[in-house]
Amino acid sequence: IYQLKNNAKLDVGVVLLTTHRLIWRDHKNHECCIALSLSQIIYFEEQAAGIGKSAKIVIHLYPVTANKEPGPYQQSKFPYIKLSFKEHGQIEFFRRLTEEMTQKRWETPVPQTISTATGSQTGKTRAVGIVGIERKIEQKRKETEQNISEAFEDLSQLMVKAKEMVELSRSIANKIKDKHGDITEDETIRFKSYLLSMGIANPVTRETHGSGTNYHMQLAKQLGDMLLAPLEERGGMMALTEVYCLVNRARGMELLSPEDLVNACKMFESMQLPLRLRVFDSGVMVVQLQSHSEEEMIASALDNVTDKGSLTSEEFAKLLGLSVLLSKERLLLAEKMGHLCRDDSVEGLRFYPNLF
Amino acid sequence: MHRRGVGAGAIAKKKLAEVCYIMSKQIETFKSHLEEFASKHKQEIRKNSQFRVQFQEMCATIGVDPLASGKGFWSEMLGVGDFYYELGVQIIEVCLALKHRNGGLITLDELHQRVLKGRGKYAQDVSQDDLVRAIKKLKAMGNGFGMIPVGGSYLVQSVPAELNMDHTVVLQLAEKKGYVTVSEIKEHLKWERERSCHVLDHLLKEGLAWLDSQAAGEPQYWLPALFSEISSRDVTPDEANQMTP
Repeated sequence: IYQLKNNAKLDVGVVLLTTHRLIWRDHKNHECCIALSLSQIIYFEEQAAGIGKSAKIVIHLYPVTANKEPGPYQQSKFPYIKLSFKEHGQIEFFRRLTEEMTQKRWETPVPQTISTATGSQTGKTRAVGIVGIERKIEQKRKETEQNISEAFEDLSQLMVKAKEMVELSRSIANKIKDKHGDITEDETIRFKSYLLSMGIANPVTRETHGSGTNYHMQLAKQLGDMLLAPLEERGGMMALTEVYCLVNRARGMELLSPEDLVNACKMFESMQLPLRLRVFDSGVMVVQLQSHSEEEMIASALDNVTDKGSLTSEEFAKLLGLSVLLSKERLLLAEKMGHLCRDDSVEGLRFYPNLF
Repeated sequence: MHRRGVGAGAIAKKKLAEVCYIMSKQIETFKSHLEEFASKHKQEIRKNSQFRVQFQEMCATIGVDPLASGKGFWSEMLGVGDFYYELGVQIIEVCLALKHRNGGLITLDELHQRVLKGRGKYAQDVSQDDLVRAIKKLKAMGNGFGMIPVGGSYLVQSVPAELNMDHTVVLQLAEKKGYVTVSEIKEHLKWERERSCHVLDHLLKEGLAWLDSQAAGEPQYWLPALFSEISSRDVTPDEANQMTP
């Protein structure tokens, strides 16, 4: 038996498994015997044998409770023990242990009485009552604490490696610059996809990472199919945030990042899809059907305004079944082209046909 | 033997093709490290918002954006992406639903509460830091997502209304009571009447402020974004009819 990192071991012996306990008995001195309640086991796993290493079973234990029986280790820093099977028996033992841990026969109430955990009862080591609940909470807390500090340590190590990747990508970027752009298409695409995978900004062009990768081309095609009907329903135009929600809700998982969406939409034109990404002066970004031309939109705005005498964004939105945001953009566009003029007061922004 | 990767000095001497090859090997190695990390700690990221903060800050320090793409390793293997992108969707929906009332301005607190409510009680927890990061990502899509510091926290703006320093300062002034008057602006900010009115008019036009011209004394400019749950509640049309004098 090993205590992790301590290497203090109880050497050669026999491990016995009962429905309630794990017992280890020294091979030579049969008087020397230690036991562990199965209820103390959180979980256990196998460690395969290797060169110079025997097969092991690692057993993770709950922290020591106050009513622990005296034994060779009153306290231990290390919540695992390892059973090393130098000769054989690991597979069978693991199977039996799994069985016992699944059945948990030590939990079956003994017919006589419900007793709280006492020192010598091996059957009922599950604590009951408020004290038991508090203990369980404390166990959980300590477990969590330990998990977290381990997690932070692992995280730091991971970041060290990630940093190396960032530096490597900068070196490559420098090389590309030195070559004055003399780099194959293939290498460029591959480099860009590495940057995308790692989440590193393109150090050469400083453009948004990963634009122009195969991933975004595929996305663009998917969007081209998926958005046609919704766009038609909404007068040929949708705010990008609306598209984002629509697409991600439909996907359910493996969602698109906002940047993924923008980068894919930027490729509509080069891939000759019937959609366009458009940015209005206000900064609002929309996806619009290419078939809905600028002139048509302006003409429709002018027609509607003339028809009603004047319109606010809200009124226009209701007429066309558009969002207020987009109807405002259309009115602004018509105004920009000189067809409408505005009356801006605290009561709202109202558009009139431009008679000047 | 590559223990810690190839040093920068060595790279400078190599050809581009060779370096690209090294990079592809390193990518594979890194991927498996990340996989191992994920198998042990993916739950931690999901459940522990403090851990998420730590993770994000470390990434930022080394120059990595784990939320840049859904196709990134971080997103695919740790599931961080889906967490934040879905949050983005929920934020957009809440802001859209309330825009008619607050003009596109909402306190981070209220946004937080409403998002949590929308997610239901069995969903994993979301902190304000999580919201802030999700909002930062939403900026990429235009549409004026922004954050205005007010009263120790933030107002989240979800419309492209132009808000300059003057507007921001008036919002901050209004934060305590939820409304502000011209006199208050003149007194606290030492502005002239014209400048004060100009700013308030703009807020009215953008739908961010409502005018109460029947207030005792002088007209009050109320900001729905600053109404707290405690001092206001939504009223049905029937109730409203009974209330009007």
